[in-house]
Amino acid sequence: MDFNLSKQQKLAQKIAADFARNELAPFAQERDENMRFPEEAIEKMGALGFMGMCIPKEYGGSELDGISYVLVIEALAKACASTAIIVSVHNSVGAYPVYLLGTDEQKETYLRDLATGRKLGAFALTEPNAGSDPSSIETTAVYTDAGYVLNGTKTFITSGERSDVVIVMASTDRAKKSRGITAFIVEKGTKGFSVGAKENKLGIRASDTCELIFENCAVPKQNVLGSTGEGLRAALEALSFGRVGVAAQALGVAGSALEQCITYSNARKQFGKPLSHLQAIQWMIADMATEIEAARFLIFNAANLKDRAKPFATQGSMAKLFASEVAMRAATKAVQLHGGYGCMKDYTVERCFRDAKVIEIYEGTSEIQRLIVARDMLS
Amino acid sequence: MKDVKIIVTVKQVPDTSEVRIDPKTNSLIREGIPSILNPEDRNAVEAALCLRETCGGTVTALTMGPPQAEETLEEVLAMGADRAVLLSDRAFAGSDTLITAFTLSRAIMKLGKYDLIICGRQAIDGDTAQVGPQLAGFLDLPQVTYAEEIALEKKSAIIKRGLEDCLEWTRVRLPALITVTAAINQPRYPSLYNIGTACDGSLLKRWSAKDLNVPGEMLGLHASPTGVKKIFEPDRKAKGQILSGSEKEMAGQLIEKLKEMQLL
Repeated sequence: MDFNLSKQQKLAQKIAADFARNELAPFAQERDENMRFPEEAIEKMGALGFMGMCIPKEYGGSELDGISYVLVIEALAKACASTAIIVSVHNSVGAYPVYLLGTDEQKETYLRDLATGRKLGAFALTEPNAGSDPSSIETTAVYTDAGYVLNGTKTFITSGERSDVVIVMASTDRAKKSRGITAFIVEKGTKGFSVGAKENKLGIRASDTCELIFENCAVPKQNVLGSTGEGLRAALEALSFGRVGVAAQALGVAGSALEQCITYSNARKQFGKPLSHLQAIQWMIADMATEIEAARFLIFNAANLKDRAKPFATQGSMAKLFASEVAMRAATKAVQLHGGYGCMKDYTVERCFRDAKVIEIYEGTSEIQRLIVARDMLS
Repeated sequence: MKDVKIIVTVKQVPDTSEVRIDPKTNSLIREGIPSILNPEDRNAVEAALCLRETCGGTVTALTMGPPQAEETLEEVLAMGADRAVLLSDRAFAGSDTLITAFTLSRAIMKLGKYDLIICGRQAIDGDTAQVGPQLAGFLDLPQVTYAEEIALEKKSAIIKRGLEDCLEWTRVRLPALITVTAAINQPRYPSLYNIGTACDGSLLKRWSAKDLNVPGEMLGLHASPTGVKKIFEPDRKAKGQILSGSEKEMAGQLIEKLKEMQLL
């Protein structure tokens, strides 16, 4: 077992860290405050190969392995968790399903533009009455001469406002429940497809989260992704990969919280000595560092299984569950360690705290991750 | 000019913003200090890539250093350089600026025909700014230093030089050597798209002293006419003094102090 990163992996990590430090960190606080989408950064990242990380070069992707992918997402999240989720969602559940299941024509039409960042991708499964239980989705797609006609509302869609291409899950056969769900590639601008309310969130505020509305939205037959009735299977596969990315995002937030605690506890003096000389503080830092290390190896394990084309859904859920809860614990300790300053918006730990809570919930709540792990253990 | 062949010299340096000096031994504490691509060499790479984008051609990155300097070349390849050469051999160790320039010149001769050599003005670890000019000397090339803009014409380059108190435009016939400052451009980031080929070894050559066909006595520490005698941290400056009183009083006190110090 080799715990060393390869040259490519180290370079990917360095490129992302340099980019994040210079291009994301200086504006992250302001973007959070004003819910401002990182438009310029996303455009630059498209040109630098961040938007098609696990897509082959023939479609304009960077063809990186899963370990490099998680290293990049972690590095971005350390500076700005919102930007990290935009990139993660685009890569894992926007572009990747088109690569996995798309026809040659779909790959030519959509994948190249997604992989090079010319178009931004989103993924629409969640509905007002269907989140953790995707089999109960109510959006329908009825086959007609004009293609499939979609009707329904999707909610909490990451990059819903900014995205150009959305992978939409709709029921083509309500009676078959989860086996009646089909995935569609729907372009912005399609008649009958509109963006609804933009949410004002607790954390991850620079990433837009929207409602998507489909009213008699006709989608051509050739935009069915994979085969009809296979949508949920496709969704779950993409979501497993997405969860590894979200776990890496959590790791970045936790790492940021730890780094700030180290800097602050060395600089801040109380009782005539730096905070870091107090054992109560040392233990907090030791616990954070230990949990972060454990989360990192869970994430590497899931990414490594994916790279070796082995099943990784359970390990992906374990990584997402553990890493997001580690981020929440680390951010909670970080605010505590910073005392009153930790509650102020001038300190990044305040943002880490709000971001970490969101990460525990989206892309499958902690409870859903436990359900997935338990099902696998007990099956 | 079409198909311009450019060689860029680069150096891996310790990130001096993190370096401390051991007061007992007067040497740099290098342990745990990250190595980076010398900042002005990054500008040199960017300048070369921009010229290639307008004229076509190739960019070759060259460095001399320990085996881990390869990382720096991989980063330059990920920025978009076409190929890279690492000069690494125990025989090169301890070279001063003159012998470094000599060794680089031998590698450049071996690389064959070129139109332009671009170097960063100076490296942040030594700040000598000597290697570029010395390299031009060994290769018998015209040199233009402190470039802030480079434009290529048919067989020459027009360069805007940033000097201390003026700007100077100068034309130089090619082949030539140009050193650039940070003012010339904003270097691009390396691209994730390029890292596969940058790191798989296909674009990188490693040359030893034997490959350069230079006798050992002309290389490294013992061939170097200069050596570092001592490195030390300058004495900490005296503490600042805080004046008090009204603005007018403080201004008066300040003028008195400056007169005392014979600065006024």
